[in-house]
Amino acid sequence: MKRLFDKDTWQEIFGSIQKNKIRTIITMIGVLWGIFIYITLSGTSKGLDNGFERQFQSIASNSIFVWAQSTSLPYAGYKSERNITLKIHDADVLKKKVKDIKFIAPRIVAGVFGSPGGNIVRGTKTGTYSVYGEYPEYIKIATSKIYDGGRFINESDIKYERKVCVIGERTQLELFEEEEDPIGKFISINKINFRVVGVHKFVQGGGFGDDGDIYIPFATFKKIFNTGDDVAFFMIAANENADGIKVEKDVKATLKEIHKIDPNDERAIGGFNLGEIFRKTMNFANGLTFLSLVVGIATILAGIIGIGNILLISVKERTKEIGIRRALGATPSEVRSQIILESVFLTILSGIIGIILGALVLYGINAATIDQTDFPYTNPTVPIPYVLGALGLMVILGTLIGIIPAQRAVSIKPIDALREE
Amino acid sequence: MISIKDLHKSYKMGSNSLHVLKGINFEVEEGELVAIMGSSGSGKSTLLNILGMLDLLDKGSYELDGVPIKDLNETKAANYRNKFLGFVFQSFNLINYKTALENVTLPLYYQGVKRKERDAEALKYLEDVGLKEWATHLPSELSGGQNQRVAIARALVSKPKVLLADEPTGALDSNTSKEVMALIQDINKNGKTILIVTHEEDIAKMCSRIVRLKDGVIVEDKKNKMIKAI
Repeated sequence: MKRLFDKDTWQEIFGSIQKNKIRTIITMIGVLWGIFIYITLSGTSKGLDNGFERQFQSIASNSIFVWAQSTSLPYAGYKSERNITLKIHDADVLKKKVKDIKFIAPRIVAGVFGSPGGNIVRGTKTGTYSVYGEYPEYIKIATSKIYDGGRFINESDIKYERKVCVIGERTQLELFEEEEDPIGKFISINKINFRVVGVHKFVQGGGFGDDGDIYIPFATFKKIFNTGDDVAFFMIAANENADGIKVEKDVKATLKEIHKIDPNDERAIGGFNLGEIFRKTMNFANGLTFLSLVVGIATILAGIIGIGNILLISVKERTKEIGIRRALGATPSEVRSQIILESVFLTILSGIIGIILGALVLYGINAATIDQTDFPYTNPTVPIPYVLGALGLMVILGTLIGIIPAQRAVSIKPIDALREE
Repeated sequence: MISIKDLHKSYKMGSNSLHVLKGINFEVEEGELVAIMGSSGSGKSTLLNILGMLDLLDKGSYELDGVPIKDLNETKAANYRNKFLGFVFQSFNLINYKTALENVTLPLYYQGVKRKERDAEALKYLEDVGLKEWATHLPSELSGGQNQRVAIARALVSKPKVLLADEPTGALDSNTSKEVMALIQDINKNGKTILIVTHEEDIAKMCSRIVRLKDGVIVEDKKNKMIKAI
């Protein structure tokens, strides 16, 4: 140990490393490449990981959609192929029966699932857009943002059946002049005037919907479109630590009970579990991280074996030098530790250069993709424990691999070494 | 200084055994300059290797300055070599990527001497062999004679009890040989015990005692009237 911190030891090591610069450089490239691959891969997979997470940000990652279709089994005296429509008071029952529901937003829509959209007119501009009837809960589940200055539908909008609407980015673009503030302006939906109270920012994510959607209070919707208590689908957010799959199951069972559907009817109630999709995607990302870890470590390993190989050759080349050193009084342990230290030093030095190069490449990729919202790639980083772990691994492997040439060097008798011309 | 009794050494060559040294008895007093002569295969190099603890003896005893040299393992041998012996080789055996000074400091490095002291000490010895100005030169930038003088400085820097030289002039021309021998005689005059293995008569005549080996035994051991090299 004392030897490790001795200036002279390092001078000896630098001396012998500098002696053959090309050989040293080629040796180092092996490990450098390994750690470079390791850092770039794990950084990239972390970037993808972050990217996926970002894409799911628009919708709470534990949200579930449920809707009704026609039954596939006869039950309780009803025949099969009966059309089921969800009702607004189902929400209260669900909330009471399924404890893990955090928010539930009944939604109804004109313009998707084959129904005609709303005819929107503003002055001379017209268009057809999907119109949603909303409860304020929606904004808590779908974490869409409303642009500054606007708001979403609130409780009193529902209570007083106000004719207010939240429009999409595209709607704004198509119906309003550039630089014109749409807040407070009126648009007509199916010949009824609505005041614009907000513009929602569209984020690509799970579910459906687009940047042209118009949201109006649920209560207002049902009057205009004459939909009564019908609900197109429920959007449900489960509690943070609840099991999303179980919540989905419970919700479906409850709905089947309410609407007198055979509990075994798989078709009547449809569901889409974003949390499940999110979990699968994250599993994929974790798989990628694991893969990059394995590939990276394997590459480092190959590089370090290369160092061992080159040192073995170098020991052969330096047989005579080692013989001279031993004739002059170098003990076997001194020879051994010098060669092991050379191995470790080369490994760490090339490791550090590899880490720096890898970091530069990650920085470059990040700079190139920072403006691309479609590409799931954000903030590629390598956790510090990964870096330190790799360095630690390299020290250990560098030592182990250095033992082989060191042992070879020690096994050469000084007399044989000196005889070699 | 050196005392050898009934020394035997043989080498295994496949199934055959080659008996190289067949019972050598040999004493060297302090301050002697001994030439060990013999044709190739006479066992003179083997004898020197055993004296230099580079090789182990099979039978017999070896004492160096009253210290019995036995039960040698590599570490012990390395420490003895470092403390007791200085080596000069036919092919100089300098480390080619180290300067003259660095080569000379090497034995002190293995003794654990601090860098500054080491450099000062080594420079003194380089001055003694007349190469102070060449201290920062690599072996490849020096002539054969200069290289051998660096090697001699290196052998002396650890203040060994005995200097062992294996054909020190073997790679040098006759003029340079004389210069190197003059240096060796100088060192001997200052009291150092020196053993030289050589096959050249005129080199042997520059020593104070000549030991002749033939087929692994000493055939002649006589005092010699030392001829001055220069």
